[in-house]
Amino acid sequence: MRRFQSRLIDGSMSVVFAFVAVLTVILLLGIFLFLVFNAVRALQTIPLQDILLSANWNPVSYTKPVWGILALALGTLIIVLLSLLVAFPLGLLTAIYLSEIASVRSREILKPLIEMIAGVPSVVLGLLGLLFLAPILANIFQLSNGLNALTASMLVAIVTMPSIASLCEDSLSELPRGLRDASFALGAGRASTIIHVLLPAAKSGIAGAAMLGLGRAIGETMIVLMVAGNSLSVPRSLFDAVRPMTATIAIEIKEAVTGSMHWSALFVIGLILFLLTLGLNIIVDILVRRRIHT
Amino acid sequence: MRPSRVFVFVFVTALLSGCATPTASVVPVDSAGTSVVIQGSDTEVQMVANLAEAFTADHPEADMSVTGGGSAVGIAALINGVADIANSSRQMTEEEVALAAERDIDVQEFIVARDGLAVVTHPSNPMKELSLEQIGTIYDGTITNWKDVGGPDAPIVLYGRQSTSGTFGFFRDVVVKADYSRDMRQMEGTQAIVDAVVADKNGIGYVGVGYIKDQSANDTPTLNVLLVRSGESEGASPLDREAVLSGKYPIARAIYQYMPSLPAKDSLAHQFLLFEASEAGQALVEESGFYPMTVEDAAQNKVLFDAIQ
Repeated sequence: MRRFQSRLIDGSMSVVFAFVAVLTVILLLGIFLFLVFNAVRALQTIPLQDILLSANWNPVSYTKPVWGILALALGTLIIVLLSLLVAFPLGLLTAIYLSEIASVRSREILKPLIEMIAGVPSVVLGLLGLLFLAPILANIFQLSNGLNALTASMLVAIVTMPSIASLCEDSLSELPRGLRDASFALGAGRASTIIHVLLPAAKSGIAGAAMLGLGRAIGETMIVLMVAGNSLSVPRSLFDAVRPMTATIAIEIKEAVTGSMHWSALFVIGLILFLLTLGLNIIVDILVRRRIHT
Repeated sequence: MRPSRVFVFVFVTALLSGCATPTASVVPVDSAGTSVVIQGSDTEVQMVANLAEAFTADHPEADMSVTGGGSAVGIAALINGVADIANSSRQMTEEEVALAAERDIDVQEFIVARDGLAVVTHPSNPMKELSLEQIGTIYDGTITNWKDVGGPDAPIVLYGRQSTSGTFGFFRDVVVKADYSRDMRQMEGTQAIVDAVVADKNGIGYVGVGYIKDQSANDTPTLNVLLVRSGESEGASPLDREAVLSGKYPIARAIYQYMPSLPAKDSLAHQFLLFEASEAGQALVEESGFYPMTVEDAAQNKVLFDAIQ
């Protein structure tokens, strides 16, 4: 009887766990379908090249609505790349310090502190940018207004840096002790060990960390909404005001009547953001797998 | 970290931060009850909040919620059936009224106040006056340097509102008469424009008069409020009450409230509108920095009130 009971519990447990695991996939699929379902109207009416190849976005135009997302996408691209350019080296160096150089004691203090930065609500960072960073940058670069792509990128970098550092640190400290010992035994110094042994060995985790940063930066909404300057023109320099795709959705969804063309076009942007992160992740997945096999 | 874990992690993060955009929350409209949901124009939000506060003093049972977001946000909420009153600093368009009618919403219009839309620059800017045409060509991007309108040799930095804003629509339709220059920085609210122009010596912005009365009353004004002329007439100031009410100031406008249906007699919405139109209500309108409704506006409102009786 007891045996039967325990078998029953085991059986039902595995069903529960399988269900929860499948739920993630269902959720993902559900979000995708939700986006597609709402985007259909715009996708059927507006020629795709008018969306993807035009830099004019003006759904409530004085004359005729236009739906080109190029300027918005460029805004997203600039902020994502620039923030990664800042956050990735900083994150990686932080991780190397924490994992290989810092004493156990200082690591135990520093790592949670760094992870805590990731917990700062992005709206708070937005405020910081609005009231502190933007005026300073405006002053340094002699701009009349500091709300631009550069300011937003710096703040987005603050958001992504801790997760990049944390993931890099994980993958470095997961490496077997023997790897370091062997390298030292062969006469390599600490720097050489880190550069030639540990970093290559932890490559997949580090690439994953960079992608995590990328995904986070693409999706960041509040900061860019507050400090990117919100201009619909095609950015010509880092000091230009931009309006990334996420900010466009956040601003305009409030005025779009449910089910209208404008509403639907905003879901097209959401769908593009979704596919962008999906594509990114598939590429990383393939790259990482390929290297493991070789 | 195994690749599959990274995969899911990136996804969830991207989704949480990217796709979780706020949509209009679905609050059932409680037309017979004690709550009145007012949403819309940022220009009006402070004034209507003042009115609502004074109104609740006499009607403690009333649960008034006044939020901003922009006129288009209020109108969208009205059409989506989640607001009792939509504040709008521009008239609803025919398309919007038609869209509402499709959903069996019989839009009712009420004029609560008058506003002169001020065109402002940094106090160091020597410009004193611009014509409507000049302002239009500045905002559609034809003119990009102050020297082309008789000012210093410096680029013009445009500040305006987002398309959610009634002021955005009104100013475009009445002054610019074309699409705004894409270089215009689209600010989140009227106060954001004020703050930006106060700090930007090359900036120009447009804001409801309620937002500049305090600024220009100081001994050292933080904003330069331009005189605006239309055609051959001499320039007028939005701070000149007579000029705004007579229409001599060319960017004067009515400020509206819209209801999804005729309010029931003696319902809270009805009483609130009556209060706004009353002498006490209009005094509060002036205290909030705007101008009272004109005789014509009062006559239009009376038609609405008569229909309720």
